[in-house]
Amino acid sequence: MAGNLWVVAENWRGKVSDVTFELLALGRELADGLGVSLEAVLLCHQEKEFTRDLGAADTVLFLDHPSLAEPTAESYGAALAQLIQERKPQGVLVPLSNVSWDWVGVLPAMLGAPYLNFCKDVRVVDGKIEACCLLYGGKMEARVASASPAILGILPGARPAANGRIQKQASVEEVKVEFEKTPEVTFKQYIEPEQGGVDITQQPVLVSVGRGIGSQDNLAIAEALAAALSGAVSGSRPVIDQGWLPLSRQVGKSGATVKPKLYLAVGISGAPEHVEGMKNSELIIAINTDPQAPIFQVAHYGIVGDAMDTLSALTEELQKASARKGA
Amino acid sequence: MHTVVLLKMVPDVVEELEVAADGRSLDTEFLRLILNERDNHALELALLLKERHGGKVTAVAFDAPEVDEVLFAALAKGADRAVKVTGAEPGLSTRTAAYSLALVLPTVDGLLPADFILAGCQAIDDLDGMMAPLLAQEMKLPYLGLVSSVTLDSADRKATVQKEYAGGVHGEFEVRLPAVLGIQAAEKPPRYVPVAKVRAAMKSQTIEVAPVPTLANGGEAAFHVLSMAKLEAAGHAEILEGTPEEIASKIAEVLVARGVL
Repeated sequence: MAGNLWVVAENWRGKVSDVTFELLALGRELADGLGVSLEAVLLCHQEKEFTRDLGAADTVLFLDHPSLAEPTAESYGAALAQLIQERKPQGVLVPLSNVSWDWVGVLPAMLGAPYLNFCKDVRVVDGKIEACCLLYGGKMEARVASASPAILGILPGARPAANGRIQKQASVEEVKVEFEKTPEVTFKQYIEPEQGGVDITQQPVLVSVGRGIGSQDNLAIAEALAAALSGAVSGSRPVIDQGWLPLSRQVGKSGATVKPKLYLAVGISGAPEHVEGMKNSELIIAINTDPQAPIFQVAHYGIVGDAMDTLSALTEELQKASARKGA
Repeated sequence: MHTVVLLKMVPDVVEELEVAADGRSLDTEFLRLILNERDNHALELALLLKERHGGKVTAVAFDAPEVDEVLFAALAKGADRAVKVTGAEPGLSTRTAAYSLALVLPTVDGLLPADFILAGCQAIDDLDGMMAPLLAQEMKLPYLGLVSSVTLDSADRKATVQKEYAGGVHGEFEVRLPAVLGIQAAEKPPRYVPVAKVRAAMKSQTIEVAPVPTLANGGEAAFHVLSMAKLEAAGHAEILEGTPEEIASKIAEVLVARGVL
């Protein structure tokens, strides 16, 4: 008999992550398409109440152990590898988030099972699982079939989280777990981001800059526009890596998730790690010299060309409009 | 202290990418390859560790177009050795690359044991896995990914390592050495090296060559790329055209219509 479909739930710092519900919504479609049960796997320490959040699944496999308090590669990887070997699901959806990153990375090698990375969607085609994977910074997509059990790393945003929040108590099966090895990686503490300065999650307008602005000097042009729009400047990873903006201004996977009224993406290519942090903005306008840039996939309006000229012209236009209003 | 840093060449996505005639892979004819950005951060972190604690840095890369230049640049920046792994199939999957490295690294004189093996936390063509965790598992070494800082406690053979979570939160871990770390970002931007210094390295230093001992397919997992396609250019966005002034006035109209202004 074909195995069931699994979703590995992510819980972090006292709550079940949104990405878990996105995966449950996708998992429900796939399980129904395959005609199998949807099982959620919850690994934690003394957080059984989270099983109540996982009603989209038919069954929750519940693993509780002090070593599972933090999602490390060693503990989560070993526990999941053993469980997958015993129960043989045909597909396992895992979240491609920073929290789950480490165990997702080692699990395929621990299991000797195939793994598909950067999945933006998964479908059932002729009774088999087929993934659509975003490659080359989101510029290409590949349709990929995999042998079973397929471990599928799902990008955040594959389905709306709301579709996976079902008010129903799934049946819970407690699974015993033991660890043979002493851990070689030990969690010590969380370090909170420095407070103070601009909170980009609270800004109505973000002028967000990427590598395409060319040099740090051009930040002033973005700052002037942000001021004219009563907003702030944020940035994508390369700009933070260069030290042009502080980490507190980063939008995307390691940084903030933002939903401003206007997100103006300037010289940002739109890699999946960035898009996950801004795709729900109310209005997205992107300026990029590369017409193939993936940012145009999520933008409502696009300008193909040099960003700096457009920004200066826009700042001038807004200042004129404001002067007219004032007059 | 010895750090091995793994460098991988990947397509430069600033260039236009095309699908090959088979419809399932990237057209490599006009492809420009550059060093994987995260690997550049891994190299920087390796050099910072050397500056702080002494020891040496060895850069290791699979053979690929432009890779010699990247390895000489690593030497010019301060790496002590550069090793090029030859004989692997082109277009190697990450899984097979990790498996091959686990075979080849022990065959290179004086390379192992290393205190750290560093690689970028991901590459844009990692379809079947990420290098650092796969190699860690193959070599039975501890692993931590998305790393942004490393502090060595050499007396105890341990390191304190910070990694990135979401929302600017970091986690601090204690890691037993030797360990494999997947690097998200070095503590400083990767250093720049002038072309003249790279040329000087080309004249005075050499790249060692290490052949893959067997081309056994042990790491390759069963998956099959059915098709590959470019995402539609500007598939979703309404494109605004004109002079910068015309575009600015169109954007202003949109902002008024959407209630932003």
